[in-house]
Amino acid sequence: MRALTWHGRHDVRMETIPDPKIVNPRDAIIRITSTAICGSDLHLYDHVIPTMKSGDVLGHEFMGEVVEVGPGNRKLRVGQRVVVPFVIACGECFFCKKQQFAACDNSNPAESADMSEFLYGYPMTGAFGYAHLTGGYAGGQAEYARVPFADVGPIVIPDGIEDEKVLFLSDILPTGWMAAVNCQIEPEEVVAVWGCGPVGLFAIQSAFALGAHRVIAIDHYPHRLALAKSMGAETLNFEESDVREALVEMTGGIGPDACIDAVGMESHGFTADSMMDKVKSSMKLVTDETHGLRQVIIACRKGGRVSIPGVYGGVTDKFPIGAMMEKGLSIKGGQTHVQKYTADLLKLILEGKLNTTFLISHRLPLEEAPTGYKIFKEQQNDVTKVVLKPAGITRH
Amino acid sequence: MNEGTGEHLGDDGPLCASRHPGAEVTHVEHLAARPGDVLVGRSVTIDRPRQELYAFWRNFENLPLFMHNIRRVTVIDSTHSRWLVAAPAGKSVEWPSAITVDDPGQLIGWESEEGASVRNSGTVEFKDSPERRGTVVTVTLAYDPPAGAIGQMIAKLFHKEPKIQARRDLRRFKQLMETGEVATAAPPYAAPRA
Repeated sequence: MRALTWHGRHDVRMETIPDPKIVNPRDAIIRITSTAICGSDLHLYDHVIPTMKSGDVLGHEFMGEVVEVGPGNRKLRVGQRVVVPFVIACGECFFCKKQQFAACDNSNPAESADMSEFLYGYPMTGAFGYAHLTGGYAGGQAEYARVPFADVGPIVIPDGIEDEKVLFLSDILPTGWMAAVNCQIEPEEVVAVWGCGPVGLFAIQSAFALGAHRVIAIDHYPHRLALAKSMGAETLNFEESDVREALVEMTGGIGPDACIDAVGMESHGFTADSMMDKVKSSMKLVTDETHGLRQVIIACRKGGRVSIPGVYGGVTDKFPIGAMMEKGLSIKGGQTHVQKYTADLLKLILEGKLNTTFLISHRLPLEEAPTGYKIFKEQQNDVTKVVLKPAGITRH
Repeated sequence: MNEGTGEHLGDDGPLCASRHPGAEVTHVEHLAARPGDVLVGRSVTIDRPRQELYAFWRNFENLPLFMHNIRRVTVIDSTHSRWLVAAPAGKSVEWPSAITVDDPGQLIGWESEEGASVRNSGTVEFKDSPERRGTVVTVTLAYDPPAGAIGQMIAKLFHKEPKIQARRDLRRFKQLMETGEVATAAPPYAAPRA
């Protein structure tokens, strides 16, 4: 089959590799009909996430048709259309039973689980198309994918619903949704969202759906801010306005009730601490650049909530622990428990209550995936979301 | 293995976390280890009944399904078996092993017999989780640091990262018991291996 493979920093290629096979009883093989490039794929593209290996197949936002099921899979049938969550979860362990699917204890192979146990204290769950820290599972920017525990993750899509409406159930829609859920929004509250990439845009929409009175969106790309505005948010361009000053004024001196960091590591910025991060990062003194998160914590109102869907992987310094403690902030982050939210979100999509296609800016054949990575990296104002279609697939 | 630790060591920490070298040798009940042996201890909670886990482990022919350095175990009679273990450079070594303690549903202990390249012993204990989260399975393994050329080779295998090997084996045991399969990202490691 054809697949996008990783070979190093800014080096991804389309290659022909062996088709995946059923390995374990609960597996399924999916023929992919739509797959997307995620902002977190750019972390791999930039090689700021360790434990990648040359030849790894990328992609963790994908959907398609079931073409084969393992003998122990009693849920899926050949021919069904499914969206596949990026988190691989067994459904049987302590964490899955608590619906903390992104903490599944069994999906990261024993050989690769060691690394994250060493880094984070406990082993991480498995995930598609990401570093070997999360198992090294082949991803979905390919013609086919092997889906482990396919009787737990994939959600069946009714006929007649186009791919693009449901594709983002795989990651960014539930990720934006959980970011808003973690804000514990009460009626009449103000939510500020840093970063108007796909996750930030879905977080804005989710915050409104969960009862926020106002949402203030922060970025520096005019087109992304325009998309945020189209979702009903007020906007702040940090190149035009001092964000903290503006937020204080816009909230009558109280501050946002909840703040979402949808930027993650490598945040942009022109302040002294962000420059210092760059220097230290280049000297390998810290691993994560966290200027954005510092601003989020400083800007949040006393007793407010900070939600972190943005991806961080390592350690940082200059973390404003004093502001967090003295103001009594609650902070919640985490990889998304995708499987917990897919059924409810599919219902909202089918009822027309969520707009899931407005952020797609580019549709390319899978063969042009390397170009997709390049433009997503270099033209962030215009390129908000790239959807890829394997050859021979006519758009649904 | 964790009983009475406070009494012996001054706190409630488990023996495998002890800062006193060799603490387990003298404190682990039923373990056929001697002073100087290298010890590995590790616990994992598995959401399955004690009896079921015990029964699966008690059939030593199942061990290679989750202990990936063991190629094959041949059961000879109710207490004796032969273990074929992978060695470096694609080789393998075999030794006889005997069950030294068997408390159904709770504890199994074993020890290599004469002829083993590396004298080794182990126990696996099954206890109900006090938080009702299933069964706490604790494995303790002991190896005798060996002498001689073949011994050195085996030692390299065992001692490279004995803790890592033990915790990977336990993780695979948990995966197999909870999900019916051993998680793998690559076809060459297709599992469970029959």
